Amino acid sequence: MVASSHTLSVTTPSDREIVMTRTFDAPRELVFEAMSKAEHMREWWGPRGFTLPVCEIDFRPGGAYRFVSADADGNEYAFRGEYREIVPPEKIVWTFEFEGMPGMVSVDTMTLTEEDGKTTITSTSLFDTVEQRDGMLESGMETGAAETYDRLAELLEKMQEASA
Amino acid sequence: MTTRQLNTTFAALADPTRRAILARLATGEATVTELAAPFTVSLPAISKHLKVLERAGLILRGRDAQRRPCRLRAAPLGDAAEWLGDYREFWEQSFDRLDTYLQVLQEKEEKDGRK
Repeated sequence: MVASSHTLSVTTPSDREIVMTRTFDAPRELVFEAMSKAEHMREWWGPRGFTLPVCEIDFRPGGAYRFVSADADGNEYAFRGEYREIVPPEKIVWTFEFEGMPGMVSVDTMTLTEEDGKTTITSTSLFDTVEQRDGMLESGMETGAAETYDRLAELLEKMQEASA
Repeated sequence: MTTRQLNTTFAALADPTRRAILARLATGEATVTELAAPFTVSLPAISKHLKVLERAGLILRGRDAQRRPCRLRAAPLGDAAEWLGDYREFWEQSFDRLDTYLQVLQEKEEKDGRK
């Protein structure tokens, strides 16, 4: 198997979605378990060097969760949400909100597929921006540009360099 | 950097015409007529896009009543790019850790004789 399948792929199929896929050398049941229990989440959730001092999970549809991710300097970042749908070992849907940016809530659908003993997580984050909710984006010209956020970020960087 | 500002920036960037307008302004200031030239849409439609970009703080309009040239204001773009970078990094590193942890779990399972 090529190593590239173990890297994170990020795409945006629509203006409001970010899709991430990543393949793991483990059966689906195990991956699902690692994503659904606090004792496991503590071991991996958050960037390198961060700990998860708070990891509260009420793993059932309608159940809430809250994580506090902390870095070595003691800075804390809290995240919260609610499980919307749980289909073991295939699918978890939750709402996701960084408490530092209240109001910016995404609905994340995480699907697990297994092939040859390897499991791929596909996470689709659907963002609901205030503007879109209020119907302020009524230009009628949006055709769902399937541009990756990576490419957008590159464009943004180029534009900033040009204007600097 | 507020949520509202980030939302406004992303909403403004969601449209391909507005992205094209910003890319054009990155090369220097331009009037509405100049900005509209490459597009098949009407001047009022371009003006509407410019209003969205102005509200998002992504462009500035000149005071000259005749020309009102537009110019790029890049600060919110930097914030948006930074947010995306952070988001990606967060998940990239979490998934790397999950990968490592899954190996540990599997080794443990083998040791315990399960499966």
